[in-house]
Amino acid sequence: MPGRLASIALAVVLLSMVVPARAATIRITMENLVISPAEMSAKVGDTIEWINKDVFAHTATSENGDFDVNLPPKKSATFVLKKAGAIDYYCRYHPNMKATLKVAP
Amino acid sequence: MLIRWSAAAAAAILLSSPVLLQSASAADKPTDPQIAHVAYTAGVIDIKAAKQAQKKAKSKDVKAFAEDMLRDHEAVNKQALALVKKLNVTPEDNDTSRALSKQASDKLAELDKLSGAAFDKAYVANEVAYHKAVNGALETQLIPSASNAELKSLLQTGLKIFQGHQHHAEHVAAELK
Repeated sequence: MPGRLASIALAVVLLSMVVPARAATIRITMENLVISPAEMSAKVGDTIEWINKDVFAHTATSENGDFDVNLPPKKSATFVLKKAGAIDYYCRYHPNMKATLKVAP
Repeated sequence: MLIRWSAAAAAAILLSSPVLLQSASAADKPTDPQIAHVAYTAGVIDIKAAKQAQKKAKSKDVKAFAEDMLRDHEAVNKQALALVKKLNVTPEDNDTSRALSKQASDKLAELDKLSGAAFDKAYVANEVAYHKAVNGALETQLIPSASNAELKSLLQTGLKIFQGHQHHAEHVAAELK
């Protein structure tokens, strides 16, 4: 009996850890030197996947220094959001490419 | 001031009038094989300039800019080669390509005599002028003349990325002053 209780308790604890997080993967494309969508909402714990469809190398580089993700031609890469806030980012090689992530806690 | 003016005038003469406008005369609209050759040659020119700058540039921003030019122009030219192969087109040498190459090698020799901050300024100023001229040619002549849709689309992508280069070069030039 105590064993069952313990396992239920454990399950509850585990569930409560897993369920509320419900981390999503959010896909953002870079094509023809445009980031789209240019503005995207997400939550802490979500994974951002940037997909570079261009033949040019790009980067997703945040203004605040949180991330600097390299995106070779025709490749994708990911970053897991750790902090809430509005994060402006751009491509270091093509600074005209700009976008924003709105990260909720 | 006099030097700056004469350099600007020289750049304007070299880049705008004779060569790139040559193909504009309605009588001899460039063909796709010629357009491909001009576009590829224009890329090679900027790659050579970037390689020279990697060796000679002093400023960190200028070095980084040269690296960007190398990366992007090599990517465009790789794409251009793949396209002409796919379309089974042989790029055709022409007066515009030849004149462009001649001017570019003269410019390389001229820049080679400079060093340090003087080189940085001259290289970036030439990059601004060069991208302006190439973008003008793309917009007014090469893109409108291209008949193959894929070639046209590649030229349009090229124009977009080179406009970015022009802004970037103008920004670096402003920082150097």
